[in-house]
Amino acid sequence: MNAIILSAVWGVVMMFSGIVTQSKTVIRNVAVLGLALLLIGNYADMTGHHLLVIEVHKMLFFDSFGLLGNSIAFASTLLLVLLSGRDMEKIGHNLAEYYALIFFVLCGVSLVTTFNSLLMLFLGIEILSIPLYILTGSDKKNLKSNEAALKYFLMGAFSTGLMLLGIAFLYGASATGTFIIDDLWTAKPAVSPLLMSGLLLLLVSIAFKVSAAPFHFWTPDVYDGAPTVFTSFMATIVKVSIFIGFVRLFDEGFGAGAAQWQIFVAIIAAATLFIGNITAVFQQSVKRMLAYSSIAQAGFMLLALLALTRVAKEGIILYAAAYSLATIGIFAILIRMKDYTFEGFNGLAKQQPLLAATCTIFLLSLAGIPLTGGFFAKYYMLAAVVSTGKFMWLVVFAVLCAAVSAYYYFRVIQAMYFKEGDAATETAPSAGFKGLLVLLAALVLVLGVFPQALLNQLYAFIYTW
Amino acid sequence: MIPVLLIVIPLVTGLAGFFEKSGRRARSWSLLSSLLTLAVSLWGLSLDKSSGLLHADVEWLPELGSRFAVGLDGLSTILSLLTAICFPLIFIATWRDEYRGRSWNFYALMLLSQAGLMGVFLATDALLFYFFWELALIPVYFLCSQWGGEKRIAVTFKFFVYTFVGSLLMLIGLIWIYWHTPDHSFAMQSFYAMRAKIPAKDQMWLFWILFIAFAIKMPIWPLHTWQPDTYEQAPTATTMVLSALMVKMGLFGVIRWLAPVVPAGTWAWGDTVSAGCIIGMIYASLVAIRQDDLKRLIAYSSIAHVGLMCLAIFATTSIGMQGVMIQLFNHGINILGMWIVVDLIERQTGTRKISQLGGLAQKAPGLAILLVVVALANIALPLTNGFVGEFLLFSGVFTSKATQYNVVFTVVAGLTTILSAVYTLNMIRRVFFGSTNALTDRVTDIRVNEKIVLAVIVMIIVFVGVYPKPVLDLTKETAEFILGKMNYKL
Repeated sequence: MNAIILSAVWGVVMMFSGIVTQSKTVIRNVAVLGLALLLIGNYADMTGHHLLVIEVHKMLFFDSFGLLGNSIAFASTLLLVLLSGRDMEKIGHNLAEYYALIFFVLCGVSLVTTFNSLLMLFLGIEILSIPLYILTGSDKKNLKSNEAALKYFLMGAFSTGLMLLGIAFLYGASATGTFIIDDLWTAKPAVSPLLMSGLLLLLVSIAFKVSAAPFHFWTPDVYDGAPTVFTSFMATIVKVSIFIGFVRLFDEGFGAGAAQWQIFVAIIAAATLFIGNITAVFQQSVKRMLAYSSIAQAGFMLLALLALTRVAKEGIILYAAAYSLATIGIFAILIRMKDYTFEGFNGLAKQQPLLAATCTIFLLSLAGIPLTGGFFAKYYMLAAVVSTGKFMWLVVFAVLCAAVSAYYYFRVIQAMYFKEGDAATETAPSAGFKGLLVLLAALVLVLGVFPQALLNQLYAFIYTW
Repeated sequence: MIPVLLIVIPLVTGLAGFFEKSGRRARSWSLLSSLLTLAVSLWGLSLDKSSGLLHADVEWLPELGSRFAVGLDGLSTILSLLTAICFPLIFIATWRDEYRGRSWNFYALMLLSQAGLMGVFLATDALLFYFFWELALIPVYFLCSQWGGEKRIAVTFKFFVYTFVGSLLMLIGLIWIYWHTPDHSFAMQSFYAMRAKIPAKDQMWLFWILFIAFAIKMPIWPLHTWQPDTYEQAPTATTMVLSALMVKMGLFGVIRWLAPVVPAGTWAWGDTVSAGCIIGMIYASLVAIRQDDLKRLIAYSSIAHVGLMCLAIFATTSIGMQGVMIQLFNHGINILGMWIVVDLIERQTGTRKISQLGGLAQKAPGLAILLVVVALANIALPLTNGFVGEFLLFSGVFTSKATQYNVVFTVVAGLTTILSAVYTLNMIRRVFFGSTNALTDRVTDIRVNEKIVLAVIVMIIVFVGVYPKPVLDLTKETAEFILGKMNYKL
């Protein structure tokens, strides 16, 4: 609850900070302070210290799974702002508003990770989406940014409509008329068509939000058109938080009837893996490649939805952290580059050895090489599905796709290290920026050797509202 | 304690190597480090088998059932010893090679690959094994792509993708077995205990999902296509690591993690794999005869030799398994000798084309003598280590009860020994004898560092060839142990 309150309040604070001061540094520092407060507040929530005690009538449910998901989202945002905050100032004049919108997104995030009622899920998704439409179009004089925002808005609004329809169906199908997800599947001797169609509509609309194929078509254009800082934000924090909500919904709501819908998830996962990886191979721009790579990674995360075991839930948390850290790092470097194509990275290792080295660690993590967090993230996903004993074809297919993904991730490494060129960054990176990158890389490596350092948090706090 | 040191010394010194900022200092540093590793390895050899120093088992990921467990038994002792011997020899032999750019990184990456290899050979925990299996690849990828020949980037990448696909499939297999162990553990003992419990139906596909990774590394026909290109394009020091040590990872994997874990699958598919080995041996030998490039010739000869070792593993006889273990060591030493000679020739004449060389024996008699000894060992003449190994391998295959085609396999595989003599002796004739030409006129005899290395190699060749008992004693127990596990009916 702390996170929801704090993020909403701080969003308003950020809006007014633009009136009080014109100093970009002050605004940025207020945002950093807010994010730090959010992290602390969320941690306090986990340990049982609440700002306000509000009766939520089972609409929200604060377990360590959702709250840990919040922590990952807030910590990632904090790192993002510290790394790329300066680049946000170049987008336009409304810096305070951008930060305010980010806090509102985080408010949506904390609803999506801890909802217990379909209405809260809907509210969360909407609170999270609308600021994102604005952020996508925040580069007002750029045509591509405008196009992306419009596309995103139209498609997003449509999928939200589907979600609402699905929720209505589920409400109608439930015996007592309830939105609480725990009661959706209870005491159902036979699956009614109404329930199943409601479930599928929800599946489709959330698949749209996490850009799973075949509902991914908006992703490359939106990620490419949006200002790169916000692309980084959308591709990591927003995406993994919705995933945590996704797993929560299907685990608690429909887990009992998994056999009925698993095949749909399997097909979506296979399609996402295939389309994401194959299309990423053909990209010439690193930014677009990362957009497709985020689709491909979503395919891997869908394996958690398929398995829904304890390992799967641990895995999605680990995946969220490993993937966010690595992607934020790569985007932070990408923003500083003059040229976003693969050729733009040629010879970066000579010019900026530290940037190239950390970027390599992030890329290796995304490819899932041991010693990086990405390996254990993928390991957990595979282990979760293998443990169910079903869908072995999908596991084999997933690792073959992972091998394809090595192709495009290593293209960047090849460009940086083995090709001649004069890759240039816009400005010389500051010592603070480099230090943060090293910190980020170190975190990726720690997750790669001791993933339990993060996962034990899931069990360290047993706390219910 | 000792296995941990064997991994940690190259790892730490390798990481420190990135900060040397001087190629010369890094070179001495890495030689020192590898000599230290060798000393530790010899120390381990001198200890009694029951010594507690030979094993280490530390808590790592308790929730995953994986521990940092490493240990030295006969098989891992012989392979870690080979690794420990090869690295100093490689550093000394390529002492004068120049590496462009930040050359200290080259030495640092070499040490990291040593750490990875040691980890693969020493791990007694499946997840740890997988960890090192992948880690050994990454430094080699950078070494080859950065300092290799003209087509290095594409060729190395092909190599990388091949092995990456294989290892990911292996990961699925390992996870599957892990979930089926009663205590959800990656420990070697738990895996071995599963051998009678995995249904035969599952062993059939498990065998392939694990074997493909090993077959790619060895490589076994038809998965060998990455190898000649990679050997040709890689910098010579890395080629030495690849061919002397990394191909052993595949054979080692089969002996340690495949055959004792899915014995029914191994029995069922033994003939199929053996047929692949045989085809590969004949094919590679024939191609080797027609090669004009020295590096490619040795690459193909390596495919033929490794094929024979793999054949002997699937023969499932005690004598054959002994042969494999001793030949793992011998092949590493011999091929290292061959590469050193090639490197010397290339550095002095600037070419590896056999057709452009000739008459080197007149100019470099020392080199010629040493090469001939190594080459004779390569074609397994008596009194050399190759003879001991191949004799055991052939008698193992011949007496095999695991296959009804043992006579056919022995005869056809025997042919490759003749073919091996053809291409090796032919190569010696054309490179070292005949008349000199403009290119080879300038050649001088080998220098002291190369003499030392080749002398050491020749000494090992002759010693093991005349008196193989210490090596056989070392591996005997493990060979019997593995065979006991492979015999799933008992």
